[in-house]
Amino acid sequence: MRELYEFLSGTGVWIAFVVFTGGLLARLAFLAGLSRERDKVVYNHFDGGWAWRSILHWLLPLGSVSFRQQPLFGIAFWVFHAGLLVTPLFLGAHNQLFAEAFGWSLPTLPDRLADWMTIAVMAAIVFLFARRLARPEVRILSTAWDYALLIIVLAPFLTGFLAYRQIGPYELMLNLHLLTGEVMLVVIPFSKLGHLILFFFTRAFIGSDMGARRAIEGRLGARTW
Amino acid sequence: MSDIETTAEAPEETQAPEETEAPAEAQPAADDNQPVDVAKIQSILESNLGARMRTWLSICARCGLCADSCFFYLAHDKDPKLSPAYKIKVTLGEMYRRKGRVDRQFLKQAKEIIWGQCTTCRRCSMFCPFGIDMATMFATARAVCNSQGVLPAGLARTKQNIIESGNQMAMANEDWIETCEWMAEEWGEEVAGLEIPVDVPGAKYMYTVNPREPMYYPQDVGMMAKIMHCAGESWCVPTEGWDCTNLAMFCGDKAAAAIPVRNMYASAQKLGVQYILMTECGHAYRSGAFEGPYFLDIPGGKPPVPVKHSVQLFLELIKSGKIKIDPAKRLKEPATVQDPCNVSRNAGLWEMLRELSLLLCEDFRDMNPNGAYNHCCGGGGGFIPMGPEYKRRRMQSGKVKAEQIRATGAKVVISPCHNCFDQLGDLNKEYKLGYKVLSFKELITEMMIVPEHLIPREEDDDDAQGGEE
Repeated sequence: MRELYEFLSGTGVWIAFVVFTGGLLARLAFLAGLSRERDKVVYNHFDGGWAWRSILHWLLPLGSVSFRQQPLFGIAFWVFHAGLLVTPLFLGAHNQLFAEAFGWSLPTLPDRLADWMTIAVMAAIVFLFARRLARPEVRILSTAWDYALLIIVLAPFLTGFLAYRQIGPYELMLNLHLLTGEVMLVVIPFSKLGHLILFFFTRAFIGSDMGARRAIEGRLGARTW
Repeated sequence: MSDIETTAEAPEETQAPEETEAPAEAQPAADDNQPVDVAKIQSILESNLGARMRTWLSICARCGLCADSCFFYLAHDKDPKLSPAYKIKVTLGEMYRRKGRVDRQFLKQAKEIIWGQCTTCRRCSMFCPFGIDMATMFATARAVCNSQGVLPAGLARTKQNIIESGNQMAMANEDWIETCEWMAEEWGEEVAGLEIPVDVPGAKYMYTVNPREPMYYPQDVGMMAKIMHCAGESWCVPTEGWDCTNLAMFCGDKAAAAIPVRNMYASAQKLGVQYILMTECGHAYRSGAFEGPYFLDIPGGKPPVPVKHSVQLFLELIKSGKIKIDPAKRLKEPATVQDPCNVSRNAGLWEMLRELSLLLCEDFRDMNPNGAYNHCCGGGGGFIPMGPEYKRRRMQSGKVKAEQIRATGAKVVISPCHNCFDQLGDLNKEYKLGYKVLSFKELITEMMIVPEHLIPREEDDDDAQGGEE
């Protein structure tokens, strides 16, 4: 167990971060190269202001007409994403490890708050999972992989929560936490979770295309949010 | 041509004559076994597999938010198979997943979805968290089907007309010019000195029409002449490239879709006009102003000559006082305006439609939702020319629009688009809504004040000499 921990918390973390960063960068570089040749429409009509608003409104809680039509989902969605990004990055324990490894760390969240945020993320995942099953128009689209991804994202939160609360065998929980966290990072660049980066590009395109491109000579542009 | 009736009433079945319909429909099921050109399909899929397509195909989160945006879904009791994401998944998604190795039966099933369940109105893109441009994806799926000759018969006929004659109704250029001359003569009785100038170099506007105007509604051309003449605008019609529509665009046939825009741009450049002016038509504007440059691979993606929709011009003319509206003639009945997808959401003109409506109507009532968020009438994306085979479906999916109009209580629906015009006419009968469909130019020609010096003198009226200078 001890050796496994050594591996997962050392080499494992490195592998995960290299694959995560490298994978995302490679995917981005490939798409950027391809776009120069095949997606001229993106460059022809790009507009910073429209792109930015098209991104921002979908990042704000209930910032889009679409989410306001399903406010419960909109809130669960936002809590899920915000918690997913903020909690691991600003967690005290993680930053202690950053400090030991690199000599620097980020500002940290109070442990109690992080604890509640973890619970909120898990609750949101349960909601998203249930919604997938409950709504016919979502169920018909969902593949086994869509459900699996929710579990892949849930796992590091659940194990981290249990390890912190010292529920169950601590060492096993810690190893599972490292393992599932690393699996999640590795999966991101090669799945729909790549939207972590690609979201910004698709939104910038549609915001410019339906907005700025149509908004000349006294015309308006459609807001895609 | 002189026997053509021209009223606001839509003809029983619109577009090309329908007698030829029956034999064309009789496609034997045996051709299901005909092989498909997989290499061709693969090359279309490959050439469309750019960064956007790859991203869209791979990051759809399957969240289902697009479903509620789609009027096909709403009109059919929220049938989950009608959500945009599902329709993409089982058509284009499947084509890519199978790497183009699909059979004719698959393509025929896909046809019923990509043409029969989507008008490429682009409303779903506004409701998708990633802003996936599903209309572009459907266009690619249409291109694949089109390459194997699998497309609605009505559209196939129209496309053939374009390839053979340069316009969707295979009307000869001489007949078009003759119609203009005939209209100039007829409307000259109403406005002194009215003419429809042909091929005038350096004119400000080159006016282009939907061929069904000279074919079935020639008065539309006369109305425009009255407006332009009374406003004193510098304008002309071209002998060639006068068809601004582009139904090949809805076939997914880039080569054929390039034909009408190439002709139109070429005439405008040859004449050196400032604007290509377009009749009240939605998809024509989408083609001429936005998609056309991409059919021709024009660097920068902009038309070589700016394109103006009639409603832009009408609003300018009325606001500047070049056209005066008689306040006594403004519409008293409750009226609403239909936002054509390709005039409002996809071209940004929805505020102008309202400004114009308010100038012309005393009791204007907006639909809900409206503007950029409007619902397609159900006749767009090629649906109207797809003909009787698809009419039942068109009426069913049009339920959303019918309910919207019913809720306004409007007795007049203004439609600055020919496809909407026909669909609204059909919905009126189907759902017994009891309204009239009118275009802006019809309303304006009715309500405008013809300037004193343009009122024709009765030649054999003796009193008239008093008015001589």
